[in-house]
Amino acid sequence: MSTKLAVKWGLIIALLLGAVILIYPNYKWYSKPLAEREKLDTLGERPKHMLNLGLDLRGGSSLLLELDVSKLNGSEPLNESMARAIEIIRNRIDQYGVAETSITKQGDKWIMVQMPGVSNPQRAEELIGKTAMLEFRIVHKDMSVAQQAIEKLEATEKPFDDNGILQPEIAKLVPAGYQLMRSKDGGYALVTDKATVTGADLETARVVMMGENGYPEVAFTFNAEGSKKFGQLTGSNLGKPLAIILDNTVQSAPTIQARITKDGRISGTFSPEEARSLAIVLKAGALPAPVRVIEKKTIGPTLGEDSIKSGLSASFYAFVIILVFMVIYYKAAGFISDIALLLNFVFTVAIMSYFNATLTLPGIAGMILSLAMAIDANVLIIERMREEKLAGKNIYEIITLGYDKAWSAIFDSNITTIIVGACLLQFGTGPVKGFAVTLIIGLLVSLFTAVFVTRAIYELVLTSNTKEISL
Amino acid sequence: MMNLLPKTHIDFLKYRKVYYTLFAVLLIGGVICFFTKGFNMGIDFTGGTMVQVQFNAPMEMAQLREALTATGANSEIQSYGNNAFSISEKSTEQEVGVVQARIEQALNTLNVPYTVQQTNSVGPAVGESMTERALGAIALSLVFIIIYVAFRFSNILWGVSGVVALFHDLFLMAVAFSLTGREIDLVVVAAFLTVAGFSINDTIVIFDRMRENIRLHPKMSFGELINLSINETLSRTIITTLTVLFALIVLYFFGGEVINSFAFAMLIGCISGVYSTIALTTPLVYTWSHGQLNDASNPKALKPATKQNVDAIVKEQKAAKPQGKTVTKIKRSRRSKKN
Repeated sequence: MSTKLAVKWGLIIALLLGAVILIYPNYKWYSKPLAEREKLDTLGERPKHMLNLGLDLRGGSSLLLELDVSKLNGSEPLNESMARAIEIIRNRIDQYGVAETSITKQGDKWIMVQMPGVSNPQRAEELIGKTAMLEFRIVHKDMSVAQQAIEKLEATEKPFDDNGILQPEIAKLVPAGYQLMRSKDGGYALVTDKATVTGADLETARVVMMGENGYPEVAFTFNAEGSKKFGQLTGSNLGKPLAIILDNTVQSAPTIQARITKDGRISGTFSPEEARSLAIVLKAGALPAPVRVIEKKTIGPTLGEDSIKSGLSASFYAFVIILVFMVIYYKAAGFISDIALLLNFVFTVAIMSYFNATLTLPGIAGMILSLAMAIDANVLIIERMREEKLAGKNIYEIITLGYDKAWSAIFDSNITTIIVGACLLQFGTGPVKGFAVTLIIGLLVSLFTAVFVTRAIYELVLTSNTKEISL
Repeated sequence: MMNLLPKTHIDFLKYRKVYYTLFAVLLIGGVICFFTKGFNMGIDFTGGTMVQVQFNAPMEMAQLREALTATGANSEIQSYGNNAFSISEKSTEQEVGVVQARIEQALNTLNVPYTVQQTNSVGPAVGESMTERALGAIALSLVFIIIYVAFRFSNILWGVSGVVALFHDLFLMAVAFSLTGREIDLVVVAAFLTVAGFSINDTIVIFDRMRENIRLHPKMSFGELINLSINETLSRTIITTLTVLFALIVLYFFGGEVINSFAFAMLIGCISGVYSTIALTTPLVYTWSHGQLNDASNPKALKPATKQNVDAIVKEQKAAKPQGKTVTKIKRSRRSKKN
């Protein structure tokens, strides 16, 4: 064996070993029963580099959220608001305890939240959907100053919109410096229009199961800055009611008995679940603007498993048929191509595992295309070799010329398809992306396996003085 | 050596008028079909709600429909056998989840235990953006294919012809979906993309042979050269296509309902891909370059004019003209390794 060939084989064997090492954790993980996997998942003991299954294959829910850009505070660039919103949603979901949730930005103002294994996303939706804008404002005792506005408000059927914003024609009747806000009991309150203390000043929040009136309450603690501001606010407004406002709704308005600096409580008629969500969202912080669910998908675990089962078994049989056909039609050369095809599959899975890629149904389609291209590469090479054989060349020339002449076609067709993949990757959305990722990985791998590896095999065969290879 | 077909000498270009006519018929028929039958776009694109439900006891579709109509829903119901149904409703409501709640409310009135296997609620804005982005991505890749092929094969016409064939394949698939009324969902879009990739692959293989043959047979007329290239690559085309078709047929029959529509689209696209390369790409290259070579002032004409090239072309044209035959184009490759 020449040194060059030895180096080739060294490389191939090293890569193959690497691939097996990368794939092994997948095998170990997916051979465990579902319950155990879920347990390990919540413990965070999932292998680091692994091929993940998309929601369409394993079941779960996905929510697509839209950030209400019109409600953003204008000073912050949209990108940063989005990053902050994603961070906050991640914090909320993490505390809720869904393992392996992926939260990604899509387009300019969309956020995709994918929760594998969650078949009813309602709780998560509530958790995410809350803007959680906490504010403290002083209530104006004398409602009569806004008499005109209140009369109009009472005459209007729906004075506040879904987000708690007062209709503008009523709002303009309210005297300057004040604002009318809906309260949780269905009424309204006249409060100062600026909040000096907000949820951003909180250090932490927690649930107190038995509050004063028997309902759970949410207790919170201010940070140093917040303590100072809150001390000032309460100290200078003794005897007045303090409105605790969450997402533009007055939750409660206790009268300030003394100057408060550090701790406070939000009471109301919360259920234990509600109180828990509220504590979570307060701790995680407020969203820069409200979000709205614009797409919701859930796929039950059985359906995911069924589609994977029938899909995988059919793909497996299709693959076997191709392998058998290649051997029947191209004999030894077909067998060598089969090795390349198998390796193509192995390397693709290994690379996807390394990058923690997610396999979806469109992703499998991408894999099928890359396998088809790998087959084509081999067919091109073998057909060329046949031509050389018919021209009466010797075995060494057959192989060299076959590869050399087929190379430009293989290279160009793969590059063209990779270009298509790259465009899809750049501009496509979720599922289209999944397709593009597996396609590009598969094509790059096939350039290696279908050309480099098979040639190394032929060269190895030639070293044993073979006079002919059946094509 | 096992051979499906002997060495062929088919004159593929001879029938190019037939191909063009067929293409025109397809275009006209397709557009008529689009307008009269339209597309059954899935809710991924239209916006709406789909609930797939499995009843644990026998359930008739009529019974289900009645319960749904009672709540004022205008749903489309599809049976998956074994008491499983898919209920979908296209809507433009901004609030996702409302329709789903109403459907589930209707299901509850049936008093038959059921499990919801899958739900999908898509807001109209999402569907719109999905369509836009997918189309944008396809359009962009077509442009890049033209550029790459023009660069690699030194002629923009080749790139454009390849893209026309690609368009043919995608168009035919669209017609097939319009005619059969099959729903177009995201998986089908993936199939469209796959076919686009595979179709261009076929084109490149024949172009590559043409590029090589131009080098090997500088004296051959362009028409003969194209026919030779197609014939030489024919066995490869057939073997590759057959292999892929085998796989697709298995997926079509045994792949389950999701993969089924993917396989259907791929089957049509693959057959169309082979056909369009032979019957559209190469004839177009032939027809178009014909005019181009006669027009020496055309800036797009083939190659940068080296003295050698010009001489060769002039000589060829002189040889070709008296017989009223094809004009040849010559490309002496600088990349040539073998000659």
